[in-house]
Amino acid sequence: MPEQTQVLRIKRQDSPNSEPYYQEFEVPYLPHHNIVSMLMEIRRNPVTRQGKRVAPVVFNANCLEEVCGACTMVINGRVRQACSQLANGLHGPATIEPMSKFPVVRDLWVDRSRMFDYLKKARAWIPIDGTYDLGPGPRIAPAVQEFGYLFSRCMTCGCCLEACPQINSHSKFMGAAVIGQVYLMSQHPTGKMNHDERLAAMMGEGGVSDCGNAQNCVEVCPKDIPLTTAIAAVGRQTSIKWLRDLFMK
Amino acid sequence: MPGHHIIVGGGLAGLTAAMKLAEQGEQIDLFSIVPVKRSHSVCAQGGINGAVNTKGEGDSPMIHFDDSIYGGDFLAHQPPVKAMCEAAPAIIYLFDRMGVMFNRTPEGLLDFRRFGGTKHHRTAFAGATTGQQLMYALDEQVRRYEAAGQVRKFEGWEMLSIVQDESGNCRGIVAIDTRSLEMRAFPADTTLIATGGPGLVFGRSTQSLVNTGSAVSACYQAGSTYANGEMVQVHPTAMQGEDKNRLISESIRGEGGRVWTYRDGKPWYFLEDMYPAYGNLVPRDIATRAIHKVVFEMKLGVDGNPLVYLDVSHLDPEELNRKVAGVLEIYEKFAGQDPRKVPMKIFPAMHYSMGGLWVDYQQQTNVPGLFAAGECDFQYHGANRLGANSLLSCIHAGNICEPAMIGYAKSHTSAASSQIYDQELKLQRESFDKIFKMSGPENAFAVWRELGEVMTENVTVVRYNDKLKATDAKLLELKDRWGRIGLNDRGKWANQEVLFVRQLWNMLELARPITLGALNRNESRGAHYKPEFPERDDEKFMKTTMAAWSSDGPRFSWEPVDASLIKPRPRRYDIEKTTSQPSAVA
Repeated sequence: MPEQTQVLRIKRQDSPNSEPYYQEFEVPYLPHHNIVSMLMEIRRNPVTRQGKRVAPVVFNANCLEEVCGACTMVINGRVRQACSQLANGLHGPATIEPMSKFPVVRDLWVDRSRMFDYLKKARAWIPIDGTYDLGPGPRIAPAVQEFGYLFSRCMTCGCCLEACPQINSHSKFMGAAVIGQVYLMSQHPTGKMNHDERLAAMMGEGGVSDCGNAQNCVEVCPKDIPLTTAIAAVGRQTSIKWLRDLFMK
Repeated sequence: MPGHHIIVGGGLAGLTAAMKLAEQGEQIDLFSIVPVKRSHSVCAQGGINGAVNTKGEGDSPMIHFDDSIYGGDFLAHQPPVKAMCEAAPAIIYLFDRMGVMFNRTPEGLLDFRRFGGTKHHRTAFAGATTGQQLMYALDEQVRRYEAAGQVRKFEGWEMLSIVQDESGNCRGIVAIDTRSLEMRAFPADTTLIATGGPGLVFGRSTQSLVNTGSAVSACYQAGSTYANGEMVQVHPTAMQGEDKNRLISESIRGEGGRVWTYRDGKPWYFLEDMYPAYGNLVPRDIATRAIHKVVFEMKLGVDGNPLVYLDVSHLDPEELNRKVAGVLEIYEKFAGQDPRKVPMKIFPAMHYSMGGLWVDYQQQTNVPGLFAAGECDFQYHGANRLGANSLLSCIHAGNICEPAMIGYAKSHTSAASSQIYDQELKLQRESFDKIFKMSGPENAFAVWRELGEVMTENVTVVRYNDKLKATDAKLLELKDRWGRIGLNDRGKWANQEVLFVRQLWNMLELARPITLGALNRNESRGAHYKPEFPERDDEKFMKTTMAAWSSDGPRFSWEPVDASLIKPRPRRYDIEKTTSQPSAVA
């Protein structure tokens, strides 16, 4: 019996400004292989299906258990973490492409640093008084913790930005991830105290009002974060703040 | 004038130190290969230990201290472990204030669960992604200081070497931008290494791909002592994978999960049978050896394979979802089966290095001005780490670095000559030029696979001196073959292969003190088990293995363990632990 193989069609790009191209590779098929382990196979023997020896495919990956977000790619047209895409779920040749909403560094490696800038802009942190011992934190009801935990698992992987039609070359929309974090901070008793600062950021350029309600974000989120709930709530909160600011001036 | 500090590594230890230093008004340059939010600390699942004693069990930091020393088989220096256990409750409270969504009791207090090697509910947890949750809270705090201009992040940069002055003091680092391959020297008053463990030295482990141990190896080759390298923790419960072995957290057993295999056609809960006092919650080294015995000596692996069951199918699925969903989801995604219904198939995997860079009680290495914290230091876990003590030791070490690093910066104000930076930069450039010219028949990733296989085979659960000797010979062979590697990629932009070739050399260098440290230690203690020497030998080996790099291989010396607080006693988990002498812990 011939050895079963898996064909990978990979979109490559040598540098940020060079033209992309596709190459095909064939690796041994193992049911528990995943996209990253297959890319690792290619590294050990970087030869295309046509028999040409090429530079190994450049990619980002780290934890390999879908908690770090590093290996996010577009696989057969759908954005996801490559590590948790198993070979036995592919059913045929797989096309692997870098995310399209971020600048390509090389091959499958993209630069998502602007997502971290958004977190800065939104002041997405709890402003504690200091790290010295001030005793226990505020009491939190288990239901509040469980709800907050849904949002605190966001890996800043960028799937929600990749899938969002509002994010394109002529839009400044920051996307769902940061809105989810703003909402998370408002769930925490201390974070609540300066929620207005974060709402102000959400009312500025690229803020929550740029959402077009396509709801793709919640569809592609690998952690099933209820992002549309956050967008609706933050949208409401910004409207109230807008009115309040209007009358308080 | 504020001090200027370099931190290499943006996991829990590195970010903690960054936050503490920034709070004191210091300037920090933070280097990380991956964006810090993607550091390996996010993989920690089960929780963080601290004797907060909210369950009416009479827990205390002193009992935590005794559990940790006993669990580490009396190889850790005791005073720093005591300080860590005393600091633990305040650390948990701080992270609670920083917004970590820790699980709660009905009254809204922090909830705690049980972990291995203790009888107390001492582990605070946020679902089963506690490391990720602690990381994100720290990431947010450090971002706050980054926005304020006190922390400069160099994400996508890799440290290559430390820069030392004429007297051997550390004066900064040389690092490379992994995109442009630009190399630069960065001066600093102090440098902290917080780069985590050397999982990749063992090929497939539960660790992340950045965990090559390369930065630590570079420090070791520059004169930093590597201590207790042979103490390698193999976690009993992991999923075996092609690319890595995925951890199935100890918290699964903490919440009632049971380990078993078939014997005479019936389920045999062998940990409960062999260790009635602790059952499934024996420490990791004990559970790992038991699984090894059942699979290899008794030939009772599931379907004849090296696997046993970890079972939660008898537990309430809703309770499981509240407390350990993150882990169960990993199993479900990667094995394609729902562990709430079908027992998980698991086997031990390399998980953690108790050994690391030797540091004093203020986290300073033997190279003045060079500090280390987190898994890359050797200080807190002796011969075996207790579950949920690693998040604690990372944060505690990061905390206590701060005054030590500021103190060092204040007392060492003379400027370094610019020459030392130029020299080190030249050296590193030359070494990369050589790698770029490599055109032999070997593939770096294939050599790495062989390294991982031989280390996993011979330097993990069971160790024999002849096999350790053969392993060291193999390491020398691999080092030789390293010189015959051929590059497939000669590009000057984002060339991951060139970077890996260099990391591989550092892995090979670091594998030697790990292997030879094990060869030298003719006893069994904690994770280090030699059937030829089955007993612990305190007289000869209650000592820290100290390895100093030389061009002829590691040179060893031994430092006595400070056991001044708890008198060593035999370590057993089949019977209840005898309490330590009251006089010792008073």
